[in-house]
Amino acid sequence: MDHSVHKITVYRIVSIALLIVLALLMLFPLYWIITGSVKGAKEINARVPSFFPVSPTTANYAKLFSKPAWTWLLNTVFICGMTMLLACLCGAMGGYALAKKQFAGRGLIFTMFVCAMALPKQVIMIPLLKEMAWLNLHNTLWAVIFPTVGWPFGVFLMKQFSENIPNEMLEAARIDGAGEARTFIDIVFPMIKPGVGALAIFTFITAWNDYFLQLIMLNAQRKLTISLGIAKMQGEASTDFGLIMAGATLASVPIIAVFLAFQKYFTRGITMGAVKG
Amino acid sequence: MQTTASINRSLRATRRRESISGYLFMAPALVFFLGFVVFPMFMCLFNSAFRYTLSEFTFVGLDNYVRLFQDVKFGKSLVNTLMIVLVSVPFTCLFSLWVASAIYQMRQLYTSFFRCVFYLPVVTGSVAVTVVWKWMFNPYYGLLNYVFTALGLISKNLNWLGSADTALGCIITILLTTSVGQPIVLYVAALSNVDHSLVEAAQVDGATSLQTFWRIKWPQVMPTTLYILIITTINSFQCFALIDLLTSGGPQDSTLTIMYYIYHNAVKLNNFGYGCAMGIILAAIIALFSAAQFRLAKSGS
Repeated sequence: MDHSVHKITVYRIVSIALLIVLALLMLFPLYWIITGSVKGAKEINARVPSFFPVSPTTANYAKLFSKPAWTWLLNTVFICGMTMLLACLCGAMGGYALAKKQFAGRGLIFTMFVCAMALPKQVIMIPLLKEMAWLNLHNTLWAVIFPTVGWPFGVFLMKQFSENIPNEMLEAARIDGAGEARTFIDIVFPMIKPGVGALAIFTFITAWNDYFLQLIMLNAQRKLTISLGIAKMQGEASTDFGLIMAGATLASVPIIAVFLAFQKYFTRGITMGAVKG
Repeated sequence: MQTTASINRSLRATRRRESISGYLFMAPALVFFLGFVVFPMFMCLFNSAFRYTLSEFTFVGLDNYVRLFQDVKFGKSLVNTLMIVLVSVPFTCLFSLWVASAIYQMRQLYTSFFRCVFYLPVVTGSVAVTVVWKWMFNPYYGLLNYVFTALGLISKNLNWLGSADTALGCIITILLTTSVGQPIVLYVAALSNVDHSLVEAAQVDGATSLQTFWRIKWPQVMPTTLYILIITTINSFQCFALIDLLTSGGPQDSTLTIMYYIYHNAVKLNNFGYGCAMGIILAAIIALFSAAQFRLAKSGS
């Protein structure tokens, strides 16, 4: 007994030490991005890298903002905000219908949603490009927003939340003569609000970091997102690491701040999605 | 008779109203889903039967598929994609299960801290993560060569991303750092929900902690494991930004994946029909994978 307790403690210490080392390794790329963004060219290209910036400079940022970086950031925020709004609207309404309404084809729709969730966007990229060209949406931010809203994760997530609404409450509302819209706004929405919050933050972060759709849909300099902007700078000046790190800082620090502020909802969102697999 | 008929009629009316409101609530989601997922999917299937380029649109039946199976590059991209999936999925699952079991019983603050740290690379975003790794892997100014040389692990600077032997390994390594975050969150939640009375009963009966883990906790987190297997597979299939920004599929196609090959055909070569056929095959492979994992997890629990 004593022996096994002893062994467990040793195991515990080793595992915690390992965890801390791994955590530092996970944090390191972010540290390297931020410190790299304030290093001058000499320090960036030194044979012996400096782990702390020796002579911090804002030169990289000056160079970054001589490009339309603010526009890129604004485009990104617009894409994320719009995607978030539309996805929450579609998700909340669709999820409620799937969970609580009886209609022909419900099972089929749900099956299609589940199947589509595993589909990589590359599969449909060619028809999607053609479609956006027909709709005259190519090279507009909507070309990135619409397909992301179409992704059925939101409906799927919100269905889980809507299933927890007691049927008696909906029944009572109907007996009281509340219409469908009233019932949805006054009864359903307050009950699924935590879920909508989770979906909102989840969609925002996913849209921010979705590089692929942005890459194929946007190419005009003023239509770029911040991710595309960095990718493009990297293509043009692949060894100006200071400039690229300044871009990476601008792309990641705001979204990390959003994540930290809403972490609680976020965690709930990804956990809820898994409840019923 | 008449009353039954009228009741039936009003029941039907209610049902119809219910159906209509169901469709109306479904409408916004369906419009986007049908318009930007289902319709392109059908078009993909349709286009795959044509020789479809900038200048040509001719029906060729299954020719594109036949051509695919003779395409050495496609074969290579298939092998690379499977390699990425087969290495990263089991590793991600086991690693995240280990981290989650190590942290889920800590004080709330510490659990949150570790969960957050492991999730950070996901939030940082694929492009930001990729460009910093590109710098670290750089043969001249990169940190990795410096550190590994200082530690005596390598004798001369390696061209990590420029050599066919190491490039895919580098891609998988970065992919791993960005894929463990979500499984850890899920496992922490699942492990915290494990019925504690069962665990205690087992401990009273003298079960070792390893036994309690495999006999009691593992079966209870099985649904989560299934979900994680599926999302990790999907994620590994989709590691696009890494390849686009680091190697563009090279050197010598050693990091070419199916997704990147589709993109290459669509955007660089304008082989639209051929790219669509590839997309269909990819969708089929992913469906098979998901079904297999479903079976596996079902039989395991």
